[in-house]
Amino acid sequence: MPPSRTAPLPSSGAGEDQPQTREMFYAEALNDALRIEMQRDPKVIVLGEDIAEHGGAFQVTAGLLAEFGPERIRQTPISEIGLVGTAVGAALTGLRPVAELMYIDFSGLAMDQIVNQAAQNRFMFGGQARVPLVVRTQGGSGRGNAAQHSKSLEAWFTHVAGLKVVMPATPADAKGLLAAAIRDDDPVIFIEHKLLYRTKGQVPTGEHVVPLGHADVKREGTDVTIVTWSRELLFSLEAAATLADEGISAEVIDVRSLVPLDKETILASVRKTRRVLVVHEAIKRGGYGGEIAALIAEEAFDDLDAPPRRLAGLETPIPYAQPLELGVVPQVADIITAARELATG
Amino acid sequence: MDKPTALHLYRVMRTIRRFEQRSTTLFGENKIWGTIHSYAGEEAIAAGVCEHLRDDDWITSTHRGHGHCIAKRAELGKMFAELLGRETGYCRGRGGSMHIADTSKGNLGANGIVGGGIPIATGAALTAKQLGTDQVAVSFFGDGAANQGTFHESLNLAAIWKLPVVYVCENNQYAESFPAKKAFAIDDIALRAEGYGMPGVRVDGRDVVKVYDAAGAAIARARKGDGPTLLVCESYRHEGHYYGDPRKYQSKEEIEGWKTAYDPLLDARGWILRDALADAAELDAIDRAVDEEIETAVTWAEAGPPASPLKLPEDIYASF
Repeated sequence: MPPSRTAPLPSSGAGEDQPQTREMFYAEALNDALRIEMQRDPKVIVLGEDIAEHGGAFQVTAGLLAEFGPERIRQTPISEIGLVGTAVGAALTGLRPVAELMYIDFSGLAMDQIVNQAAQNRFMFGGQARVPLVVRTQGGSGRGNAAQHSKSLEAWFTHVAGLKVVMPATPADAKGLLAAAIRDDDPVIFIEHKLLYRTKGQVPTGEHVVPLGHADVKREGTDVTIVTWSRELLFSLEAAATLADEGISAEVIDVRSLVPLDKETILASVRKTRRVLVVHEAIKRGGYGGEIAALIAEEAFDDLDAPPRRLAGLETPIPYAQPLELGVVPQVADIITAARELATG
Repeated sequence: MDKPTALHLYRVMRTIRRFEQRSTTLFGENKIWGTIHSYAGEEAIAAGVCEHLRDDDWITSTHRGHGHCIAKRAELGKMFAELLGRETGYCRGRGGSMHIADTSKGNLGANGIVGGGIPIATGAALTAKQLGTDQVAVSFFGDGAANQGTFHESLNLAAIWKLPVVYVCENNQYAESFPAKKAFAIDDIALRAEGYGMPGVRVDGRDVVKVYDAAGAAIARARKGDGPTLLVCESYRHEGHYYGDPRKYQSKEEIEGWKTAYDPLLDARGWILRDALADAAELDAIDRAVDEEIETAVTWAEAGPPASPLKLPEDIYASF
């Protein structure tokens, strides 16, 4: 595993070594990555539903049809396994397809091609094949979309040998990680969050690549480590700011890349703070937080002052009504309470 | 048909038959682990179709994939070595019978998932179209796969995008144990092509000349950029679904009746002699040469080192 602290947060500083940055929405940053990668490599194509004139359900492919044409912005009928499987075949034979699954909840329709084909082709063929495929999708709750359009299913994919799983939380990481995923020779499940598309941040302009497999310390601290990803990162940073006012110094680690996992960054932080809270939106039972908590227990048990703790979604489908929906996934106040208990317990 | 083509078709069919017979023997000797699915009885399809394919054309195959692999010019020794779990096998013992692939010959793999290869071949055809080459992709699959969702979604995509792909449905009359006559409300699976807006052709899959001609037309059409074809080859498998299948879903009369009356290899021999493309001595010489080739391949395969666990992780990811 490479060294931990990489890809520093973009700065708007004017130093010569600093990249130029611009404020972008998360969706815009993804769009920028797609555009740049398509410009630099004609083998990159995008397949998906509503991605052409409509610009994608979340506007991530907006404007790309005009620039690259219908051959490379290949809009498909509503055929999830057909479009993902076609992308797998294209990847095996020399293209670098980006397949968009509009909601991660639809991945069940395409699962065989992801799990039995894309993930395993290289292995089953004794290393003969490469599958440079990106499946872009989005998950998460908070928009009243109810149970079939709101799940956080990253754990399904982390359980499959042969897949890489990436979940960017900030616009800069969204751009840099998508570029890295497209350039990667393995199948990458790239999971966005529907409520991050309209969040803003400074993003390097031009080519920007954040290597896969590197967590990022988004806030340094000394009393408790919060390990998290995707939208819960924003909640965790907000919680950390409040905790700081109470005199509790929380370090917040954005995992970014679930597979490969940057164990070193997580373990180094835990060894420093001796207390760790893992936060994710997905259901706690079988969630990836369990994997991280187990890793910490296995490798840093003697460095801990308290058992690793998980704060995650309740074991329920995502309900529709807003108060119910907000009640089943961790909110800022929940993180504050849990981290405070850990730090002061 | 010219003599070299006829004799090559015969040789490929004969090689497939002998390969399956020899694999069965090795399985009986407990040298092959897992399961194998014999292609015996369907040889004319793989041979007749692949005769038109170049090494840079792609195929996707099935769990019953040895025939496609051989017809796509795989090395027999590496195939046997894979079945025997050797480091010298096509997949270095990671895949086995159901996952043999030879990407150097455009074989994108056998597939343990019924219908799993159909979208993959569609994607290979998309690559050809995108890169502006004249390569074609052929997807072999069975009657069982024609009832999978991948069949529907892939044929529609290929038709709307006019992809250079030929869908070869091998109707061997059984989806595992389920008879095609119960699994389809239509008699002719090729009728489905019309619903996708592509030609549907039904051909006697026992007759290698008919398969060769029909596949030639479909592949030429794809290569020219005129789009996909569904080619349904009516066939019958001599063996059960897998080695050791008790075949409770078939009567003894059916099994024995078909096995004696239905033999594409004997038919091919009869056709070559009847049309005086070769005499019996020439065909016997091919038979002997094939037998020798198979034995040489088995000997080579058995001498190979066992698959090494040391290199296992490096095959999972290209980079990690």
